[in-house]
Amino acid sequence: MTENSTTTGGKIEKVSIIVSKGSLEGIYPALIMANGARAEGIEANLFFTFFGLDAIHKARHEHIKLATVGNPGLHMATWAGGLPGVSSVMTHYMAHKMGELDIPSIPEFVEMIADTGAGLYGCKASVDLFGLTRDDFIDQVKDIITVGEFYDLAAGGQIIFT
Amino acid sequence: MPVKIYAGTEVTVNDEGFFTDPQQWREDMAPDIAAEAGTGTLTEPHWQVIKFMRHEYAEKGTGPSVRALSKTSGVSIKELYELFPKGPAKLAAKIAGIPKPRGCI
Repeated sequence: MTENSTTTGGKIEKVSIIVSKGSLEGIYPALIMANGARAEGIEANLFFTFFGLDAIHKARHEHIKLATVGNPGLHMATWAGGLPGVSSVMTHYMAHKMGELDIPSIPEFVEMIADTGAGLYGCKASVDLFGLTRDDFIDQVKDIITVGEFYDLAAGGQIIFT
Repeated sequence: MPVKIYAGTEVTVNDEGFFTDPQQWREDMAPDIAAEAGTGTLTEPHWQVIKFMRHEYAEKGTGPSVRALSKTSGVSIKELYELFPKGPAKLAAKIAGIPKPRGCI
């Protein structure tokens, strides 16, 4: 077995997870992986870029929607997914199912992950692109960083892109 | 099955070091397990969590995940990670002599 600085005895010790999508199904997997990493004692950082920034945006993170268009996994006709209100209804339904399994809402989940000691970071290029500032984001965000700073932060660990 | 000696008594554990038979566990073994897991000296809040894990296991047959542990024990997520930096539910379960909790959240 090969071994490098990211693993010890075949164990992952650090992960940096990039969140690039702003849909419900785009954000949850990254949050579950980050939280799960911390639960295993693995160091974890989350880097929010492009539409993924919505997950840490004060005004938007409570309104993350399931993508009902261009999502064949939902097994519904594309035209139906585009009808007004369908995305909201499906998001509500999903939130209900998740609530039954005690999966937290996105705002609660992000706060919980920050409490586990994971680092939350925003991507500077995206923040500039969307005309946002530090104040648009929740307090738990540690910093808005450049891609170079992200690589410094991720050094010695695994990088996961979602 | 690997064998360990805690507080002078032989116990069987799995490859990850979790007790295969929670009945073999005694309170006086906890400090040895904690030292081996790198948790250091057990303080009163540690014990509160360890006893809670035992209680949950006795009630439900499985230990809680970190979120469930925090919600039901009243110890905040932040504090749990301060007490057990290398994974609260996992480490507390190991020190409490119960199987590793399998929750994803």
